Amino acid sequence: MAQRAIREYDGKALFAKHWNKYFDGFHYDFKSVLVTSGDELREKAKEHGFEWLNQEPLVAKPDMLFGKRGKNDLVLFRVNKPGDVTLEDAAKWIDEKSSHDVTLLSGQTGRLTHFIVEPFTPHTQEQEYYISATTVGEDDVLYLSAEGGMEVEENWDKVNEVHIPIDLSDSDIEKVIKANIPADIPADKQEEFGAFAFAFYKFYRDLNFAYLEINPIVMLDNNKMAILDLVARLDDTAGFLMADKWGDIEFPTPFGMEEKSPEEKAIAEADAKSGASLKLTILNPMGRIWTMVAGGGASVVYADTIADLAGVKDLANYGEYSGGPTTAETEFYADTIFDLMTRHKDPRGKILIIGGAIANFTDVAKTFTGIINSFKKYADKLKENKTKIYVRRGGPNYEKGLKDIEEAAKQLGLYIEVYGPETHVTDIVRIAIEADKEGEK
Amino acid sequence: MNKLFTKDTQAIFWNNNKTAIQRMLDYDYVIQRETPSVAAIVAPTSNNKFEKFFYGPDEVMIPVYKSTPEAAEKHKNADVLLNFGSFRTAYDVTMQALDLKQFRVIMITAEGIPERMARVMNHRARTEGVTIIGPATVGAIAPGAFKVANIGGTIDNIVKSKLHRPGSCGLVTRSGGLFNELSNIISLNADGISEGVAIGGDRYVGSVFIDHLLRMEKNPDVKYMILLGEVGGTEEYKVIDAIKEGKITKPVIAWCIGTIAKHFSSGVQFGHAGASANAERETAAAKNAAMREAGIYVPNSFNDLPATINEVYTKLKKDGVIGEIEEPVVPTIPKNRRPKNFICTISDDRGEEATYAGFPISSVATPDTGKSIGDVISLLWFKKQYPKWATEFIETVMKTVADHGPAVSGAHNAKVTARAGKSVVESLVTGLLTIGPRFGGAIDGAAKYFKYADDNKLTPAEFLNYMKKQGIPIPGIGHRIKSLRNPDKRVEGLKKFAAEFFPATPLLDYALEVEQLTTSKKDNLILNVDGTIGILMVDMWRALGYTEEEINEFIESGTLNAFFIAGRTIGFIGHILDEKRLAMPMYRHPWDDILYDVQEAEEIK
Repeated sequence: MAQRAIREYDGKALFAKHWNKYFDGFHYDFKSVLVTSGDELREKAKEHGFEWLNQEPLVAKPDMLFGKRGKNDLVLFRVNKPGDVTLEDAAKWIDEKSSHDVTLLSGQTGRLTHFIVEPFTPHTQEQEYYISATTVGEDDVLYLSAEGGMEVEENWDKVNEVHIPIDLSDSDIEKVIKANIPADIPADKQEEFGAFAFAFYKFYRDLNFAYLEINPIVMLDNNKMAILDLVARLDDTAGFLMADKWGDIEFPTPFGMEEKSPEEKAIAEADAKSGASLKLTILNPMGRIWTMVAGGGASVVYADTIADLAGVKDLANYGEYSGGPTTAETEFYADTIFDLMTRHKDPRGKILIIGGAIANFTDVAKTFTGIINSFKKYADKLKENKTKIYVRRGGPNYEKGLKDIEEAAKQLGLYIEVYGPETHVTDIVRIAIEADKEGEK
Repeated sequence: MNKLFTKDTQAIFWNNNKTAIQRMLDYDYVIQRETPSVAAIVAPTSNNKFEKFFYGPDEVMIPVYKSTPEAAEKHKNADVLLNFGSFRTAYDVTMQALDLKQFRVIMITAEGIPERMARVMNHRARTEGVTIIGPATVGAIAPGAFKVANIGGTIDNIVKSKLHRPGSCGLVTRSGGLFNELSNIISLNADGISEGVAIGGDRYVGSVFIDHLLRMEKNPDVKYMILLGEVGGTEEYKVIDAIKEGKITKPVIAWCIGTIAKHFSSGVQFGHAGASANAERETAAAKNAAMREAGIYVPNSFNDLPATINEVYTKLKKDGVIGEIEEPVVPTIPKNRRPKNFICTISDDRGEEATYAGFPISSVATPDTGKSIGDVISLLWFKKQYPKWATEFIETVMKTVADHGPAVSGAHNAKVTARAGKSVVESLVTGLLTIGPRFGGAIDGAAKYFKYADDNKLTPAEFLNYMKKQGIPIPGIGHRIKSLRNPDKRVEGLKKFAAEFFPATPLLDYALEVEQLTTSKKDNLILNVDGTIGILMVDMWRALGYTEEEINEFIESGTLNAFFIAGRTIGFIGHILDEKRLAMPMYRHPWDDILYDVQEAEEIK
């Protein structure tokens, strides 16, 4: 649960859906399509309502949550001269761009899969403006500038920041926005821009955006607005309030992030069904040090300590199981980790950290029963991988939990060391790594 | 106040989270609090009036209310609200609690309250000087004084981590899970904590590190502070500024977890919602370096934190800042406690002699004690010692309602049953079973409706109009034969008694005004004996100091009816014994007294 980015296409669709309510007096012609291939675009052009794809010059660009597409040369708006892109040009360009991996200037690498295609909007540089809203500290901040476009960051000194405290009334918000319209916006556009900015803020606030930026917003004649580029993040904790307003909105994985593995997806699904918390991120499937840590805070300090003492490349995964998972949930989680960690042998062997702080209410013996069940299934594989297991845990019923897991592991012939609350929470990492270095000598 | 909680702090617990509340009471027992730390529970959907919990080996009852305003009204000294509402309801619960202006601290456990709502809620609390702990927190603790819900974990762990008595450290963390761990580390490497708060993991939390550290700075029991921060946000810099400005002078030990995050560009969410760095200075490493530079004790890694704590503590102890702590005796909580199936609050037969509400039976039974049946009723029904005029009134009522001849339905039933050869108890029960809304119910009804009219300041005319609209004849008004000119002597007697001995009879006075109006319409619409009893009972309770609400409860629960049941039992038994003596045969009702109108049943196809 956090702030999550949505596609430019979905952001524009939200504007279109709520336009009349918020932007009375302004006009917005929502002409955008989201496609994954040239053929899909060609098919779309045959549909009723999308005739413009054949009739107007187009712009195509990837819609995958990353910015600076212009600087990355990933915006198709010209073949020979601006505004001459045909449907076929766009379709071919999409197929070409999605046929190989792309590395952005920021270093992220990945395959382009989603493209937004829109009509080319002829306009002048003077018609481009910048507007965005987010939260800084306790206030909302609205950023306004007469200079929109690719160079807004270079021209940040021309951006007016309007701070809007959370308890300000609508009439005061309107006043403060209108008093802060950038002076370099032409006199005849001042009022129009002020009205738009106030509406934009209310739209941002009421729809629970965490971040919303249009750059540039183009003000054409007759109060016609063109949203040329849009970046948006929603506060997904407000999802339960926004079911109607957002509709069925997608939160895609950011570009360059590997798609979730089947194992990560399975844990995420189990998490969604459970009242407990189950999280798994695979950092390096070839890593030697695997963790199965209870608790959100503890999982972070174990990761910190492993990176500090062993180096980050050995750390295979990050995750947690907490909030009183059942024995079966814990067993499933352990199965997943043990399966992953025994896929690639390493001559130096593996280290398994079963860690956790002193639980508030999770029954340690109960969750450890799940781990023991999993030991029984994976004992041979864990032994083949020369796995050394280090356990540290406290909380309700921990004495029994520690005793059970130690006895079970020893019966199965697994190497295990077991520690309780008298040992510092992350000290088993030090113990494990020192023993490991000792072994290498 | 420079302390979050004291040993007198009481909380209202929103949501009937039995495990968490039990843990608070276990803690109360271990630290030997005089009052339970939970004054009341708010459970909107519960119909219970109280919930039972263990206090050591015994059980105690905590009152349950349907709303926060109701609970707050009844427990004025409870200035902490533990809001255990879900992420859907926690906001509304908090805003309503703020309206009441009674709570000094509001703790919110829900994770994932929409950010904008959290900001509105936090801002309002801050403006009004209310400390919000959370959202997304396990709470706070003042060892030896007050513990929020599950913080500290099990009672065994609490004692092991020395959270049952004050130490000298002020602890602030973001994570709730690591709070326990830190408490443990501090107990192993120092002398425990004086006050501790987990501020919560959501992006927008009500109170932040600096709020708590500034309070701890002013709290003379806190000798040094420990801060456990996280990657993301800039709250730690406020602490650095406070140290630079001299607002914090006590030693501070700090560490930000999440140094791992620097190894991963984006996408991996390490820890809480609030835990992601938007800029270099929000990274754990940057914050740790900045804090170290400001003179805060910052270890080289989390794993070295225990050593740093030990170093600071040892130095403060050597310097005489921290003294020795005398370890208190810890009462043990029995391992196997069984909840009691029954509760009794009126009498006790376990001692030398059985008691009625604390009074041995012999002290109220014989004539020389000067006590009457009215006294016994006041003890066993109301758990109070009513004054003489009230016990005598009760007795007068009992005597007045004892019997009203063989023709009324209850007496008739009892006689018919007795004649069928059944026992005293069987016959009595058939008689009693007729008591209800139609037979004897006018006492209840009169009390209820006259009180309603009086409470709502209805004039007699408005009251008559109201009852007409309800379509109910006014209970307690009307007699078969008696009228103003031929008054009911029983009523006269009751009125005379009340006039002489009751401190005041406002409801009776009102009822007599109503009677003037009704008798002007029809001569026999007088205030009858049932009405007089019901109305005078209300006047009695008012004079005894009961609240209107308590009196309404008496009426609702059928207490007035009980006087009729108890009194009339005397009469029914008289009729049954009469039948036994007379040995009359089985009764059969004569045919000629029944209208037979039987038609052949139609067939339905």
